[in-house]
Amino acid sequence: MKTLNTTVKKIALATSISLAAAAVQASEETIKVGVLHSLSGTMAISETTLKDTVLMLIEQQNKEGGLLGKKLEPVVVDPASNWPLFAEKARELLVKEEVDVIFGSWTSVSRKSALPVLEELNGLMFYPVQYEGEESSKNVFYTGAAPNQQAIPAVDYLMSEAGDSVDRFVLAGTDYVYPRTTNKILESYLKSKGVAESDIMVNYTPFGHSDWQTIVSDIKKFGSAGKKTAVISTVNGDANVPFYKELGNQGLSAEDIPVIAFSVGEEELSGIDTGPLVGHLAAWNYFMSAESDVNDEFIETWQAFIKDEERVTNDPMEATYIGFNMWAKAVEKAGTAEVDSVRDAIYGVTVPNLTGGYAVMNTNHHLTKPVLIGEIQDDGQFEIVWKTSGGVIGDAWTDYLPESAKIIADWTAPVKCGNYNLSTSVCSGQKYE
Amino acid sequence: MNVIQRLAALVFLCLSTTVVALPEGLSEPLLSKQLLKGSWSERETLAHHLATSQESSSIQLAELWLDGQLFVLKSNQTFVLTQKDGRKYQLTNLATGEDLGLHKKRAVKKVPLNNKLRKILRNALSVRDLQSTDTELRRTAIANLLGDENPESYELLKTASRTEQKRELKELISSGLALFDLKNGNEEQRLSAVQILGEANNSVVYTKLQAQKAIEQDKDVLAVINKSIDDIEQRRKFYGAVENTFFGLSLGSVLLLSAIGLAITFGVMGVINMAHGEMIMLGAYTTYVVQSLLPDHIGASLFISLPLAFLVAGATGVLIERTVIRHLYGRPLETLLATFGVSLILQQAVRTIFSPLNQSVITPEWMSGSIVINEMLSLTVNRLVVIGFSLIVFLGLLFVLRYTRAGLTMRAVTQNRAMASSMGIRTGHVDALTFGLGSGIAGIAGVALSQLTNVGPNLGQNYIIDSFMVVVFGGVGNLWGTFVAAMGLGIANKFIEPWAGAVIAKILVLIFIILFIQKRPRGLFALKGRAVES
Repeated sequence: MKTLNTTVKKIALATSISLAAAAVQASEETIKVGVLHSLSGTMAISETTLKDTVLMLIEQQNKEGGLLGKKLEPVVVDPASNWPLFAEKARELLVKEEVDVIFGSWTSVSRKSALPVLEELNGLMFYPVQYEGEESSKNVFYTGAAPNQQAIPAVDYLMSEAGDSVDRFVLAGTDYVYPRTTNKILESYLKSKGVAESDIMVNYTPFGHSDWQTIVSDIKKFGSAGKKTAVISTVNGDANVPFYKELGNQGLSAEDIPVIAFSVGEEELSGIDTGPLVGHLAAWNYFMSAESDVNDEFIETWQAFIKDEERVTNDPMEATYIGFNMWAKAVEKAGTAEVDSVRDAIYGVTVPNLTGGYAVMNTNHHLTKPVLIGEIQDDGQFEIVWKTSGGVIGDAWTDYLPESAKIIADWTAPVKCGNYNLSTSVCSGQKYE
Repeated sequence: MNVIQRLAALVFLCLSTTVVALPEGLSEPLLSKQLLKGSWSERETLAHHLATSQESSSIQLAELWLDGQLFVLKSNQTFVLTQKDGRKYQLTNLATGEDLGLHKKRAVKKVPLNNKLRKILRNALSVRDLQSTDTELRRTAIANLLGDENPESYELLKTASRTEQKRELKELISSGLALFDLKNGNEEQRLSAVQILGEANNSVVYTKLQAQKAIEQDKDVLAVINKSIDDIEQRRKFYGAVENTFFGLSLGSVLLLSAIGLAITFGVMGVINMAHGEMIMLGAYTTYVVQSLLPDHIGASLFISLPLAFLVAGATGVLIERTVIRHLYGRPLETLLATFGVSLILQQAVRTIFSPLNQSVITPEWMSGSIVINEMLSLTVNRLVVIGFSLIVFLGLLFVLRYTRAGLTMRAVTQNRAMASSMGIRTGHVDALTFGLGSGIAGIAGVALSQLTNVGPNLGQNYIIDSFMVVVFGGVGNLWGTFVAAMGLGIANKFIEPWAGAVIAKILVLIFIILFIQKRPRGLFALKGRAVES
């Protein structure tokens, strides 16, 4: 009943916000903010939260007087977890609604779908999710983690003494672009660290895979060779619950073979009984349990906004928070919400992280921010067990794949390119895969 | 469970008035400071020290630490017990049992714990379990000592071997002792050790034998090592095959459960019901609702959920049949589209009512863990339960269709609607009833699946394709066909998976079915006779 209640309230709230926004629009000029997150379909599970986050941030900003004396007006569209629809909805936002900025997208394929539209119409999008890298568009700012801000530090942690000096790795992932690319990068990184080919096991499963018996049993055998073994999991979304359940049932505890995940956060855990998972790990740039005053305040505002005291916060929410605040700061710095001026103004802008410290926007459109390793607790939260000493600069093109190592992204003069090949001195433009 | 443990600890501590005895030369503030601020390796030393101590209070510290219940009050650096009270913590001084009142979360700090520390603490603490009366605890304690080269462990195993009565544990101990001989003994001792080890199933033994093989000088011993390794590998292969069959049966039982409702609605009635998956979803959500209404009866929740899920999904099925499908009999394309629409409506309804997030369904204690046959083979309990449950549902359904009046009328209507109608059977009612039965069974399947997978709005979609695949492959209208198809596909899938991977295995199975349907369009067990022609 409680959930029903909150849902009703949520709907009422959303309507009242849009009504209020409409009323404001009638009276004065506004800055329009597009929200391009799926509210129905398979990705609604993750993306609805980010839509709410943006709405909350807009409400907060308006309470403080808006930007440049104008109120912010949210324009929410629903691309319905349908990748081509992301392009259409992005076009709708830019042409019909004439928004000044878009916050949106979750999966890489939805971003790639919206990308040509953003570049054609010179839009501006903030993308808040950790991704595989190998991209830097003039029109997108990537506020989630690049592989070197999540995957690489995670391996460093596992190989360190605090991580129990792991020397045998299982790379388990869902079969699509993010895990494939990340695992390719990790494999070459592991080999550069002296891990033998025979000590790496790579495994892919279909989306929503629910029968993990064989794979877990294989991992168990792989891990019983007398070397400390860990699983690096890029398993996506729904498939995680049955995976962890099977690990627990086959008696593999985190002490024997820890699993470090890149797609499991507080929100995913809120759908699992985390008792058997205690000790498994995750690598992110933010955990809800981070101790800082900004974080306390953020959580409080969020729970009040969503009218649910139990509601959790997660890493993509922090990325949205950072992205929004950077954009707001850049708009004030530029004195206009016009895309080109905002872009020029945003480089070097710093805003507070929720974990303490500051995030910086770099000229490759990626952030500098710290990397944290957290351990799952039985209350569905993470306990931070390790942290990089400072911020890590997001690297658009990884240094651990030979063909990417020579490519850099820098959107300021003289390079002004997201895909500049150092060895041939050619800017080959964007590739859409 | 945890709360109970914590409460028990609390009660115990309130009664005892002894002050925590600390490792020599460490005051309590100093120890807590080291635990909070020290490096991981310092903590490891302390963990070992506490857990191997003879002092019961030190051991208690270690146990609390291992459970993640050891907190330090930052202001005066004393150990405290915490109990959550709303957003604050109710604190009790660990040593004195003094009530320290409510404090903010930030006022206390949990003593850090990582996997390495857990292992050190657990292994050290488990040594005391060697004398335990619980066989499982003893087994873990012995297994922990296996392969440990510490001479102390040798003595511990020796002591344990004198008192141990259970045969399998005796064997475990003797392989532990043999591992010492293998490492330190002379040729003769090594020879007999290797022979003993050839009988062992423990993976530590295998690794140690492999390691010894690389450095062994003596030819005779080497030959025996090779033979022992061969023996172990033989047994591994055998148990691997047994395990694979079990995995296959388990996958088959999931397929059977998800398809068996469809075998009725699609197989018997001929309705292409795309909303079948959502009936499964409704059953799973019923389990969730029951668990959230009865949080103290998780163990019984599944039994309460079964009839409720049947009713909820069955009633929804009857409703759909009466309002939508009834008007579309004989028009399969329209039925397909209409039921697809219904499935989308149901999904979005669940999203609106329960939120788009997955819901947490707890696995009852009696369904967790696994049954250890030996160290190479253990069967997970939840899978075993699901296999048994799917068989019961299957047999139950067979019984209903064959031996009850309702079943009789159902079969009559499917076989010859006009004749049944003229015999006085109200075919409309029977249609609704049959559809309700199929949907209800899907709901029951949902209860079982809630234990294996996510409970979320997309649950049904993951199973709908597989369900149709099984029913079509098995032969439309034949329950036994569905059974054989489900188990066959499950086992085939699991035997392909180890060498082809999960993705390719799925593709291969689908290709096989496509080819098979080309050859036998009516599936494995085709219905013969007049019913087919109509």
